[in-house]
Amino acid sequence: MISSAMKAVSSKNPGRVAYINARLLDPASGLDEVGGLFTDGTKIADLGPRLFNDGLPEDSQIIDCAGLCLSPGLIDMRVQLREPGAEHKETIESASRAAAYGGITSMVALPNTEPVIDDVAVLEFLARRARETKLVKVYAYGTVTRGLKGRELTEFGLLTEFGAVGFTDGLTAISDSQVMRRALSYSRTFGQVIVQHPEDPALASGAMNEGEVATRLGLAGIPTAAEVIMVERDLRLLELTGGRYHVANVTTAAAIEAIQKAKRQGLSVTCDTAPHYFTLNENAVGDYRSFAKVSPPLRGEADRQAVENALSDGTIDAIASDHSPHDQDSKRLPFAIAEPGIVGLESLLPLSLQLYHNGRASLLDVLAKLTTGPAEILGLSGGSLTVGAAADLTLFDLDKPWQINPDAFQSKSKNSPFTDHPVQGLVRRCIVDGRCVYDPDDKKES
Amino acid sequence: MTDTGHTADILGFAHRHLLGIDGLTAEQITFLLDLSDSYVALNRSDDKKTSLLRGRTVINLFFENSTRTRTSFELAGKRLGADVINMSVSSSSIKKGETLIDTAMTLNAMHPDVLIVRHPDSGAVKLLSEKVNCAVINGGDGSHEHPTQALLDALTIRRRRGDLQGLRVAICGDILHSRVARSNIQLLGIMGARVRVIAPPTLLPSNIERLGVEAFIDMREGLKDCDIVMMLRLQTERMQGSFVPSIREYFRFFGLDHEKLQAAKPDALIMHPGPMNRGVEIDSELADDIDRSLIRDQVEMGVAVRMACLDALTRTLRSNSQDRTSAQAGGAS
Repeated sequence: MISSAMKAVSSKNPGRVAYINARLLDPASGLDEVGGLFTDGTKIADLGPRLFNDGLPEDSQIIDCAGLCLSPGLIDMRVQLREPGAEHKETIESASRAAAYGGITSMVALPNTEPVIDDVAVLEFLARRARETKLVKVYAYGTVTRGLKGRELTEFGLLTEFGAVGFTDGLTAISDSQVMRRALSYSRTFGQVIVQHPEDPALASGAMNEGEVATRLGLAGIPTAAEVIMVERDLRLLELTGGRYHVANVTTAAAIEAIQKAKRQGLSVTCDTAPHYFTLNENAVGDYRSFAKVSPPLRGEADRQAVENALSDGTIDAIASDHSPHDQDSKRLPFAIAEPGIVGLESLLPLSLQLYHNGRASLLDVLAKLTTGPAEILGLSGGSLTVGAAADLTLFDLDKPWQINPDAFQSKSKNSPFTDHPVQGLVRRCIVDGRCVYDPDDKKES
Repeated sequence: MTDTGHTADILGFAHRHLLGIDGLTAEQITFLLDLSDSYVALNRSDDKKTSLLRGRTVINLFFENSTRTRTSFELAGKRLGADVINMSVSSSSIKKGETLIDTAMTLNAMHPDVLIVRHPDSGAVKLLSEKVNCAVINGGDGSHEHPTQALLDALTIRRRRGDLQGLRVAICGDILHSRVARSNIQLLGIMGARVRVIAPPTLLPSNIERLGVEAFIDMREGLKDCDIVMMLRLQTERMQGSFVPSIREYFRFFGLDHEKLQAAKPDALIMHPGPMNRGVEIDSELADDIDRSLIRDQVEMGVAVRMACLDALTRTLRSNSQDRTSAQAGGAS
């Protein structure tokens, strides 16, 4: 398959491309039918089940998708790029390549780089590097507070004008209630969302989930209360201020319940989680495996199930990879002092698709959490198959079984606990603005 | 000179103190503004001095730094012939509560006729007024009221536009900490103007709508169709990340410049209680635009309004001791 399609990769103008025999999947419109999609330059020109009934367009490259799934390009709303500052762990280029391999056409960078993204100059730098890399689209958050110090607000207005899509202090929770109140309040001026890391820092000083496993291992625990305390406080502040609030990396039943209640109340709150929180539980820590150390920590089985249920019932709006690359030196340490984080760009889609394969969610619902969900939260234009929209597309083989092999990752870092984890669903092509940025069948590409 | 002072009731103003705009009626405000008009004329003449308050003692008691308000009151008192004493009490050197009252008792024992008090704490002037026998004028208390500022603003507008009724007035900036905003909201509301407040949400006090204003967080939206744009001063320490991230961001989104002013009526007038932060809340050029800016008029009206307030509040005293003085109870003329 996909044999005639090689030239698009590096050419300036992607030209006209006809994708035929594709299973078109569009969570925004509910479309799930075999048909065709036609891109002209950087845009989607037409699509539909009977698109090419009258014959194929001339002067176009024809790509026979042979029944594979063609969905809007995935949007990953939580990625640590490590550039600038820690280029030995990841760069914009290596992360972009990993994203393309993972079917991700847009990634949103956390601002916890060095220097942090608390000034328009750093945003400008990122934008320039992304343009030079020219693989996937790179968006970024600004920090809520200067230098991630949790005290003074950054210039939300100017950062917004320079492209910040939201504000967050990354892995640092905004713990001062007055600062959080003002952040939620001030962000209303610009309609921006405040993304919170849901952990009370004082309670979250441990190394893993508090419970039997932590006790047996002799590791300091982080109680689930650390999460719900922060979320509930923020929801009260949200009620007080208005504004938009997003909880990143929801991991506990209690926090989910609080968010559910706030949503029913009509508050503007959304949340996401990462694949490891519905795929693994605290047992993955096993024998002090630092690759299973994340923040917030992997929880007990009941909480894992609660996250899965919240994905099924729609309480959780998005799935993000929470891509956190770390080199060996940051992970080959005693568990308590090892850096938290998992590389996730290249396993985001297959791990998410497990929800579908296990019968926990419909295919369109899973895709919604990777496309329209994040697009709506951050006000991004992509995430749907719409005529006139940017031709950001992911082509994947829904049922293809394979085993995750972090050593083969494009990411500079390989810190994944999913080695040999069996999954179904393989990315076969990634298209950004009409250009193919990943095609495993193209020898030049790898 | 106008004759309004003569037509009003001989006492004219039924309050012992002027602690705020809250509690005043439209008639009382009009009386004070009419009286102020007559003092504007006096202040523009060669001989600016009257003997209305001869023998009276006015104490400017300032617990907070001030140059223009204190000078304005001092000039007002002196032009009316009173003995004016300035007393500055550094707020850091006093403990609140008991010491404030001690100060009041001490001063009271010196038999002043009018105390003009400015204090950094809301409500402090009222507390002090309860402990003294003389008239008290609030020269600004915390974030609560600054009645003479609201009166001078009203006088400035009225002299330009004839009437306050029906005007659309936008008050922009640090509403949260502003006593000027609170007094103006009261006064303009009483006089039938439609008031809007415009500020970033961090500088809008909660339930501000309950004071009868419309609140906006976007300058262009809020300024639409406004007749008067009042800018407020933003304290530097409040724009370094706590309430507002930076000066440049504040000016970009909430500073008044030609571009944002386009949203207001073409003949909209600009006011500022001073002192201005040029390039923070207001574009420098705009502040100096004599066709649009009333800022200098405001300063002039300030002295007249304060003379009128001193006059009005001492009428009872003067009528009680009329046989001893030669004061013209009728007013300024």
